[in-house]
Amino acid sequence: MIRFAMAALLTAVFAAPLHAAIDIQEVTSPGGIEAWLVEDHSIPFAAIEIRFQGGGSLDREGKRGAVNLMTGLLEEGAGEMDAQAFAAARDALAASFGFDSHLDAVSVSARFLTENRDEAMALLREALVNPRFDQEAVDRVRGQVLSGLRSEATDPNTMASRAFYEMAFGTHPYGSDMRGTLESVAALTRDDVVNAYQDALARDRLYVGATGDITAEELGVLLDELLGDLPETGAPLPDPAEVSVTGGVTVIPFETPQSVVFFGDAGIPRDDPDFFAAFVADAILGGSGRQSRLSTEVREKRGLTYGVGTALVNFDLSDMLLGQFASANDRVGQAIGIVRDEWAKIAEEGVTDAELEEAKTYLTGAYPLRFDGNGTIARILVGMQMDGLTPAYVTERNDKVNAVTAEDIRRVAQRLYRPDNLRFVVVGQPEGVESVN
Amino acid sequence: MRRIAGAVLAVIWAGTAAVAEQGVTTFTLDNGLEAVVIEDHRAPVVVHMVWYRVGSADEPIGKSGIAHFLEHLMFKATDELESGEFSQTVAANGGSDNAFTSLDYTAYFQRIASDRLDLVMGMEASRMDGLALKEEDIATERDVVIEERNQRTDNDPGALFNEQLMASQFLNHPYGIPIIGWKHEAHTLDLADAQTFYEAHYAPNNAILVVAGDVDPDEVRALAEKHYGPIPANPAIGARERVSEPPQLAARRLDYSDPRLGNDYVTRSYLAPERDPGDQKEAAALAMLAEVLGGSPTTSVLARKLQFGDAKAVYTGAWYRGESYDDTTFGLVIVPVEGVSLEEAETALDKAVAEFLEEGVDEAELERIRMQVRASEIYALDDVSAIAYRYGGGLTSGLTVEDIDAWPELLQEVTGEEIVAAARRVFDRRTSVTGHVSVTRETN
Repeated sequence: MIRFAMAALLTAVFAAPLHAAIDIQEVTSPGGIEAWLVEDHSIPFAAIEIRFQGGGSLDREGKRGAVNLMTGLLEEGAGEMDAQAFAAARDALAASFGFDSHLDAVSVSARFLTENRDEAMALLREALVNPRFDQEAVDRVRGQVLSGLRSEATDPNTMASRAFYEMAFGTHPYGSDMRGTLESVAALTRDDVVNAYQDALARDRLYVGATGDITAEELGVLLDELLGDLPETGAPLPDPAEVSVTGGVTVIPFETPQSVVFFGDAGIPRDDPDFFAAFVADAILGGSGRQSRLSTEVREKRGLTYGVGTALVNFDLSDMLLGQFASANDRVGQAIGIVRDEWAKIAEEGVTDAELEEAKTYLTGAYPLRFDGNGTIARILVGMQMDGLTPAYVTERNDKVNAVTAEDIRRVAQRLYRPDNLRFVVVGQPEGVESVN
Repeated sequence: MRRIAGAVLAVIWAGTAAVAEQGVTTFTLDNGLEAVVIEDHRAPVVVHMVWYRVGSADEPIGKSGIAHFLEHLMFKATDELESGEFSQTVAANGGSDNAFTSLDYTAYFQRIASDRLDLVMGMEASRMDGLALKEEDIATERDVVIEERNQRTDNDPGALFNEQLMASQFLNHPYGIPIIGWKHEAHTLDLADAQTFYEAHYAPNNAILVVAGDVDPDEVRALAEKHYGPIPANPAIGARERVSEPPQLAARRLDYSDPRLGNDYVTRSYLAPERDPGDQKEAAALAMLAEVLGGSPTTSVLARKLQFGDAKAVYTGAWYRGESYDDTTFGLVIVPVEGVSLEEAETALDKAVAEFLEEGVDEAELERIRMQVRASEIYALDDVSAIAYRYGGGLTSGLTVEDIDAWPELLQEVTGEEIVAAARRVFDRRTSVTGHVSVTRETN
């Protein structure tokens, strides 16, 4: 593959895109549950994306990993069914239910055929409202989580990002891996799992997007049956996180031929007047999808990496500017120097008119193409709601991109790109690179 | 619940067949370029792909990695385009592009607004016979490829082991050589190697055009005639000729350890037949066998026997890569729970498989898998790119459009008896490679 996708970094950086033809309906169920819907009856199935805000950040003191373990257990037995009976019932319907925990949310991604929609939703309801958390399942899934944690403990990508977040956020939940540690997960009890469930899955933090072969009326009825019996309130969300990044380099020695580098600084809020200017600036400097300055300098001209990328990452409780790449141990020092130089250059000089125009053409042209299938659109609808956007955003977004001027970028670049404040975490055996605080 | 599911099944299957038969058109140009057009008019987007019937398994000896290196160089200059101009033009039009190399094929694609098909087709045609390699691009891009190998393989102990596994499974056939190339050979690849490989394999009569999305087949054909039609066929390209594997007579065992691993595990792979044109029944049984043994993490045979109750495993799995030009592999994996050694895990895995061969396939589980296969045909309609991959990958692996279209129904028809019979044939210890993969531990 010619280009490497920056998968590890980037959760929905930018709440998304829709084709202009897409008609977003705001649906309120008879019981008062709100959702956004895009109807498309061309294929006989629908996708529903549900997010409970809070997610892994709701772990109680000393119980790191409880929400993650709980989320993994939602499909491991519910109501009358143990884990195997639940899986058999789901598979017999050819429905798929994805339960995932994130820094800011627990997500449920469901896909089901129109022909057996009622049965599929009744089954999903059991998982959400009547999960069993059998001790056998708790122990079994805990084993799977621990196995994953053991693998990642020696994975240079995970090592680098963990160290970075720990430095940036300290004791705030963002500062530690929400999957927990070998010790914290080993100590979790069934009671901890039940507490996590009660803390995280409640109606006061619910966002829903639906797409596909379902009408607004059908969706309303479905939502009440699916989610109406969840408790009204959950645990309070944590406070906003201060980003305490300082400039410098942190080397974590690890015997491997290629050093992995994670770098970043504080970002810019989604509702900041200069957010779009920052977004375009990031696209020019290091964003994915096109040839950025960093990609040109680090990869194309010098062959120092297979892929380098940056992104503005807006968590619910903090805003980051993050990047990553990997280079052979004897070349990584040179690559770090180039990234830092480019950071300084864009802060001092801004961008050229040609770069600005090219980035705008790309960003506005790519926007409608992001619409890609029922599941993707359902996720987009939820992301937009969690970002506080309105359905009109889909028609206004490209105008906001086009309105950005070179002067806007110059202003925001000075604020955002602070080479003296840029922190690099390097995992490997980098030659000629020392830790600098 | 089961009765309800049964009733639903018939409805879905009937509906799927009707939908699937719509919207796929094929044609062949005079110069041998085969084309598949898949219509999906839900959004004004098109995926344009060219797949070449050449992969890493077609490389000359000593030049491992050249197919993939050439794939990178295809984004450099052509007679009509500057180096990098291809991707820049796609991006400037809001599209994305990429490429990938496999054992049996190399493919290039763009995803872009459907009214730009003419543009991207013109550029893709220009690099089918007009690549203009320059020495200045070679060394830098070779470094990029070496960093790619570092990232994908050398920094990943699991990937390093897989390289050893394939090298052990295939003594003579080129499937034993990694797609990205052995590191010591990748360092030596040069412009002449890339040019030679390009001239030998890149031509319309060795390519498949796949266009999927909001397009009209007649218009696609007219555009293909315009852009690809003038490119002459290369008469020197005939059927692929690869050295073949001698009969494997001895079970092979690997012992790999690496301090960067987090968990110990055991793998077992067997030589297995692939999907052959007009003869996919055995492959269909093996594909269903992989589903029955390891498809569901909860209800599959290996999960039920090894991950529940007195659990020996934290994870089990089965895989089969039926889409392949030559003989392929069927594999099993077990990650033991703490306190269970790799020897015990291997014994438990063997015991579970032996029990399965005696007990046969659970009909209820088989029916659930069939239901999911049927439903996957409906879900697939939501992802036109995946359908494009199905045709591109299938055609470059030696299958015909008829074979590819017949596959879902062949899967449906496989019986439990046929699955067990296929299992008995494929699980021949003499054609196996067993791997014990473990974390290097400090010894005093």
